[in-house]
Amino acid sequence: MANDVKPRVKVPKSAKAGEAVVLKTLISHPMESGQRKDKDGNLIPRSIINRFTCDFNGKNVIDVTLEPAISTNPYIEFEAMVPEAGEFKFTWYDDDGSVYEDSKPIAIA
Amino acid sequence: MTPRTIKTALAATALLGFAFSGAAIAEPADDSLVIDGTEIVTKAAPAAHLDGALPELYSGWLFRDTETRAMEADDFDNPGMIFADRGLDSWNAVDGTEGKSCASCHEGPEAMKGLRAVTPRVDAKSGKLMNVEAYVNDCRTTRMGAEAWGDKSDKMTDMLALISVQSRGEIMNVAIDGAAAPFFEKGKEMYYTRYGQLELSCANCHEQNYGNYIRSDHLSQGQTNGFPVYRLKDASLTTPQQRFVGCVRDTRAETFKIGSDEFNALELYVAARGNGLAVEGVSVRN
Repeated sequence: MANDVKPRVKVPKSAKAGEAVVLKTLISHPMESGQRKDKDGNLIPRSIINRFTCDFNGKNVIDVTLEPAISTNPYIEFEAMVPEAGEFKFTWYDDDGSVYEDSKPIAIA
Repeated sequence: MTPRTIKTALAATALLGFAFSGAAIAEPADDSLVIDGTEIVTKAAPAAHLDGALPELYSGWLFRDTETRAMEADDFDNPGMIFADRGLDSWNAVDGTEGKSCASCHEGPEAMKGLRAVTPRVDAKSGKLMNVEAYVNDCRTTRMGAEAWGDKSDKMTDMLALISVQSRGEIMNVAIDGAAAPFFEKGKEMYYTRYGQLELSCANCHEQNYGNYIRSDHLSQGQTNGFPVYRLKDASLTTPQQRFVGCVRDTRAETFKIGSDEFNALELYVAARGNGLAVEGVSVRN
């Protein structure tokens, strides 16, 4: 459905053990609400990212349910505690079944 | 309270009131744009060919509010940068009958460094007036054997973003002499011609009234150094000619087509008005 979906994430390269770091994520997506009509008056089917998750070394950090009122190119910013070096894995779930993934390593300084 | 103190108090209030309204209207922001440690020129002395039409050049960035300015200053917070990333995917993707991608000939997008600062220009080989869109489509149709992209398609605006970012910080220097001179003159004539039922020329707003408010919007000088721009109200990228369509439409006129001779000439003229300002890459505006 949604074409050319591109995720983007920003994770610091390193952190102190036990420090909370700010993670920023953005994904290009039209987030079609399902409320709008096209020129001929037909309803444009809903097509949104409905779920976003972030895991650190296999452990869940955040699990977000997204609703149709969220605007185009959703931006999600949150903090996570970094106990050890590892990898953040980000996953977006599309209404059409597509799954978009990105991951970023973080070192302990 | 004696009558005298009341008077003084009133005078003080009046003064304060003036001070506040003075700060609220007009004037571009007193701010400097630094992206990734590089200072971007947002104020410059006008070029001689403006004949004193503007006392100083201001990037549209200076007319936006604090939050919007901050958004552009950070490459992650700037939502337009994701389209430059997407443009890089297109850059590396093979398309067309020749089995080539942009990267097959040009290698990295860095090869496009400087292009954005000198376009639109009259191409030395073909003698045609070309903007970046025209160069991209020329490459696609003549060398890649691929279909031309629409001038405001996602693919095209992604690619414009990628190409513009390569020239970030470079000073706009569009040629107006030689073969470009007739286009400059034509564009200039259009700039000062009143269009539409509202009978407005570009100059009525962007030369005579920049800094003032039109509806609730802070009018800029209409400089094109920041394009393609990520417009928050559209949540997507906009090209200079798309913006021209919007402006001419707002005068309640029939607009010219994107890619028409008229808009190509106007794009060259408006870009030349901004000679001295820096390319911003992908800018953020409301």
